[in-house]
Amino acid sequence: MAESAHFAGLAIQHPKVLDSPRHSGLVRVTHWVHTISFFGLLVSGIGILLAHPRFYWGETGAVGTPSLFDLPLPFLDTTPTYVGPSSWGRSLHFLSAWVCVMNGLLYAISGLFSQHFRKNLLPVKSQLSGKSILQVVANHLRLKRPSEEESLTYNVLQRLAYLTVVFLLFPLMIWTGLAMSPAITSVFPILVTAVHGQQSARTIHFFVANLLVLFLFVHVAMVCLAGFSRRVRAMITGQSVARKETS
Amino acid sequence: MSPIVSRRKVITTGLATAAGVSGLGIAAVLAERYGLVPPDHGGIFGVGETMTYAAQRVLMSRHSLAREFNRSQISKVAPVNGNPPENETFQRLLGGGFQDWRLTVDGLVSRPASFSLSELKRFPSRTQITHQACEEGWSFIAEWIGVQLSTVLNFVGIRPEAKYVAYFSLDEAWWDSLDMADALHPQTFLAYGMNGQELPLGHGAPVRMRVARQLGFKSVKHLKQITVTDTLKNVRDGQGSAGPAIGYTWYGGI
Repeated sequence: MAESAHFAGLAIQHPKVLDSPRHSGLVRVTHWVHTISFFGLLVSGIGILLAHPRFYWGETGAVGTPSLFDLPLPFLDTTPTYVGPSSWGRSLHFLSAWVCVMNGLLYAISGLFSQHFRKNLLPVKSQLSGKSILQVVANHLRLKRPSEEESLTYNVLQRLAYLTVVFLLFPLMIWTGLAMSPAITSVFPILVTAVHGQQSARTIHFFVANLLVLFLFVHVAMVCLAGFSRRVRAMITGQSVARKETS
Repeated sequence: MSPIVSRRKVITTGLATAAGVSGLGIAAVLAERYGLVPPDHGGIFGVGETMTYAAQRVLMSRHSLAREFNRSQISKVAPVNGNPPENETFQRLLGGGFQDWRLTVDGLVSRPASFSLSELKRFPSRTQITHQACEEGWSFIAEWIGVQLSTVLNFVGIRPEAKYVAYFSLDEAWWDSLDMADALHPQTFLAYGMNGQELPLGHGAPVRMRVARQLGFKSVKHLKQITVTDTLKNVRDGQGSAGPAIGYTWYGGI
């Protein structure tokens, strides 16, 4: 950083910027717990998928019935001589899902109470003008590195992406996951009837998982663009700019 | 600059952790006491398994009915998974048209008994058109004809200390068990017919278990024995079913 020489001066000018963390402790902890649980869900989800990489719409579907689409993957299902990955996959999926849902609830409830969503993630009016949105999109397309000041808040695309993931995609994942459970749908049949059947729920679960993986790729790419070590440090220690120990 | 971690934060975090740990301890004792711990609770995956099973048994009705469908929704393709047993006993019974087949019901019951196929058919028969999903991901809807497991269990008289019902296949590799909520559930059948016909060989002739609120692997085929018990610890490997040994969970309600 070129400005590190002026660091002491910067601290005096913006004491709040340096003292208040870029991300609150709760956001930091839930971010990394979520990272672990999402990785568990993803790996195990692929394991479960490999038992039957074929998708259907409606209530039922099996080999011998028409499919919606077939993935070009082998069927790794359990046979008398081979145990498929859906065995440990489902156990890991449920363990990870519990961590993911508990952690997500903690994040969402505390985010509502602390006004994290309203203050940091809900786009402000000035961000929603056509001109400023175009500016942000153009910056992204040019892969322009954000300035230090810009990286202290979220831009409009970040805000909309995070809100979509937190309030649309994850709830959809939980819903369609529960809709595949014969025990849970015996209590809440609407979960499965609303999506036209158990196989439809499985197919939607797969599509939304793909959107989440897409989000993950873009998220990591943007972190790299914005400065990997600084952004990761901000999410671990809360400090968005390096503390100058010697000054 | 203020220290990164204040004393107040340390104390609050410490108290929260202590409360959390003791909370978990109390939850574990209560779960054990109220039978909310599944037999395959060991290991790291056992934590998730226990939470799923306990949460469903605490939060949901024990009597909720799986969805039933119309005749027109019955699947034209009902896939068969696995082959019928090749052992001599099964082949002999099959060769005799299951005339010599008997279902033994023993364990914690007042009147242990065994039933032939025609004796089972003398109990009031029930039908249901339900969805069966394989853990692999595929599924079908079929009509099942049989006798409610609860009817047979009430006939032999379950003793009050009964907690689980274990059931064994003529295929020695397969066995499973249910808690009393699913064993006495009105949609838990000893099925001897399917889609208006005798139960086909591939679907578990002469009689299979049918558990509507759980995944297909709980619906064990080619039954030979039912044992009522208060603990699964000393039944076979003690994990409640054949599944956990190869990574599949005991509770398949999902």
